[in-house]
Amino acid sequence: MTQAEVDDTLKRIHEHKGVQGYIIINNDGIPIRTTLDAAVTQQYAALIRSLTDKARSAIREIDPTNELVFFRMRTRKHEILIAPDKEYTLIVLQATDVQ
Amino acid sequence: MPNKGGVEKKPVQPVINGSVAAQRRISQLPRNSIMGNFRDDEQDFGNMPDLSDEALRPVRPDDQLKLTEAELNEEHTRILTARNPQAAENIVRYSYKDRLFKPIPHVDQLAVHFQLDGNLILRDSDEGRRQVARDGGEYTIEEEDEASTPEAESTEEKTTQDGEDEDDEKPVESSATNGKTKKLTNQFNFSERASQTYNNPCRDRETFVEQTPRAVFSDNVSQWAIFDAYNEDFDLQQKAKEKENKKSSTKKDDDRKKKFVATDLSGDDMAKFARSKSASISLKIIERMINQNTFDDIAQDFKYWEDAADEYREQEGSLLPLWIFQYDLTKKLACTNLAWNSQYSDLFAVAFGSYDFLKQTRGMFLVYSLKNPSFPEYIFQTESGVMCLDFHHHHPNLLCCGFYDGSVAVYNVADEQKRPKYQSTARNGKHTDPVWQVRWQKDDLDGNLNFYSISSDGRVVCWTLVKSDLMYADIVQLKLEKPATEPNETLPLATLGCGTCFDFNKQQDYLFIVGTEEGKIHKCSKSYNNQFLDTFDAHHMAIYAVRWNTFHPKIFLSCSADWTVKVWDINYKVPLFTYDLGSAVGDIAWAPYSSTVFAACTADGKVFVFDLNVNKYEPLTEQIVVQKKRTKLTHITFNRNHPIILAGDDRGNVISLKLSPNLRKKPKVKKGQDVAEGTEGESVKLDKILALIRDPDDVKSKGVPTQQTSTTPIPTTN
Repeated sequence: MTQAEVDDTLKRIHEHKGVQGYIIINNDGIPIRTTLDAAVTQQYAALIRSLTDKARSAIREIDPTNELVFFRMRTRKHEILIAPDKEYTLIVLQATDVQ
Repeated sequence: MPNKGGVEKKPVQPVINGSVAAQRRISQLPRNSIMGNFRDDEQDFGNMPDLSDEALRPVRPDDQLKLTEAELNEEHTRILTARNPQAAENIVRYSYKDRLFKPIPHVDQLAVHFQLDGNLILRDSDEGRRQVARDGGEYTIEEEDEASTPEAESTEEKTTQDGEDEDDEKPVESSATNGKTKKLTNQFNFSERASQTYNNPCRDRETFVEQTPRAVFSDNVSQWAIFDAYNEDFDLQQKAKEKENKKSSTKKDDDRKKKFVATDLSGDDMAKFARSKSASISLKIIERMINQNTFDDIAQDFKYWEDAADEYREQEGSLLPLWIFQYDLTKKLACTNLAWNSQYSDLFAVAFGSYDFLKQTRGMFLVYSLKNPSFPEYIFQTESGVMCLDFHHHHPNLLCCGFYDGSVAVYNVADEQKRPKYQSTARNGKHTDPVWQVRWQKDDLDGNLNFYSISSDGRVVCWTLVKSDLMYADIVQLKLEKPATEPNETLPLATLGCGTCFDFNKQQDYLFIVGTEEGKIHKCSKSYNNQFLDTFDAHHMAIYAVRWNTFHPKIFLSCSADWTVKVWDINYKVPLFTYDLGSAVGDIAWAPYSSTVFAACTADGKVFVFDLNVNKYEPLTEQIVVQKKRTKLTHITFNRNHPIILAGDDRGNVISLKLSPNLRKKPKVKKGQDVAEGTEGESVKLDKILALIRDPDDVKSKGVPTQQTSTTPIPTTN
């Protein structure tokens, strides 16, 4: 994907119905792009990073040939979608009540 | 009370020179006088000498033990023993053998009062001899007085040593007579010397170094970490092996290049992110998940919803609208073709162009996935409208398409650049009229990919991809039958009909049927260039689609602008079924799961689904699926695996619909009967139906001999 396509996709994601924002963090836990404010971003980055590591470790511990591709947490207020990756982690917040 | 003793004694007053008592205390009065008074106090000094002198008289302390006479006379025996009074009487030690505390039988009574380690060594002992030997070998004593006769000394020595050691007498004597004796040194020969040197003054020098950068590093080891490490090692080994086998492989270079690029570029994090392959995958996943969330109910319907009402209506079914695929740039274009991917059952391509002769603009084709209904996966823009496209059966990334300007092209969908791999040009056999249909065929004998195209210029052309070129070969030319009313025609023009659609028989690859604008269907073969095998006068207006049945080798379907859909058997000139749908029929499609189900879409936005097994004369479903009125449906297609239909319209939308259970019926199996699954079963099923029709109409349909091939030559026009 080129830079332009990536930007396009991210813009589409952001404008999708119900999406409140997204964060992209790299392996060190530093957010490289975000649409939420800084304090919230930092919090999310730190907390979700450790959660992702734990989840990935759990899956691989059960079967080392398997790997974690995606997981989401549905809360009362919104849904957090997390796509972990070797180098980056993408986090998207989407509202549950789309109506 | 031994008063007598006290009375008997006379006070003896020794005369002490120089001591005169000035006064006399009570205690120093003559004893007798005092005794009388103090007898109760027991002031008896025992056998102590009576001292008259004041100073020498013993004074009894007040806390002295006062014993009675009898007690004083008591005899205490004292025994002198060799026991050590300091030693303990009973020492108890733990015995491991008996597992209890046991007293020691004998307590050591030795008391050491004084101990001193001395430095003297016996001269004749081993150590002494060794020392002497070390010092020079002379076994002599120090001689203090040289003057004294050596004889006397020797005798002295003799006598002294006699008692010690008689054996050494002789050597002693001889050594003694030697004269001078050596001074015995002590074993340490110690002399101390010391001096004070000058102490240099001390100075402190310090420097501060920049701290080496530190990073805290910690890690957890788990099963998968070990597994990963092993995998990496294995991969390295494999690569090493490959390098040995293959000298150079371009693929590897590409990979290496890509990797190289990814790590080399510094700078923007986002740029790195964009280049990271796996990150783009996770980005895609996220987008799809968001879509799934938004269209959650549709996704659930797609997967699980079954129309319950179908149980009550035998002869009816319904179509549930699912996703609608839209894209901004196609809003003004019409969907001209739909094709599912051969490998990925959720991927499909939509071709956009314009059917309007006057309004010809650019075209495009999009590749959508069902998993992401809001945005296409791939977008390709083209210069002229795309009229048709087809995915290759074995290479799911290859897509051939035909354009309104008559050219054909082959695209690689996975290509980064959105340009065609091959394109036909004016010199290269390009059609002169819009290409209406393209179809991939099996690889030819040389293994080259090839596809067929048909266009309004009346040619069916076979294109072969030879290395990097596109080679064309005319297969059939759709020659028109010249009406016999024009003799004496001098122009040697061979007019060609306009082909609009074709389809290849699924079982016999060389056989194909072509539909024309004149309403004729021609049965052709790849091997015969100039002749049609057969011709059917099918419709009154242009034929929009012809389709062979998926299972039965002889049945095909045709639809036309004259509002009809007809079912044909290849051997009969008369259609088996004819359905009038009330509006121009844009497209038809057979269902992949049944030989008797097919769908049709019309220009008034309706979709019809027929099942010949259930109802031969009426559709099971007739449903309007478009959003706005006056939208024409242009194409329709079934999905291989899922029970959905896609319908494209002329406003650039593609609507997906779910088939209700009634429409997906497979024939009921009677118990005990062998179920003939697959193509045979399906064709048998169809045959049964056809047999029902055909028997009463035997006379009518027997217009043509039942042989398959009829070689009626069509006169070439002059």
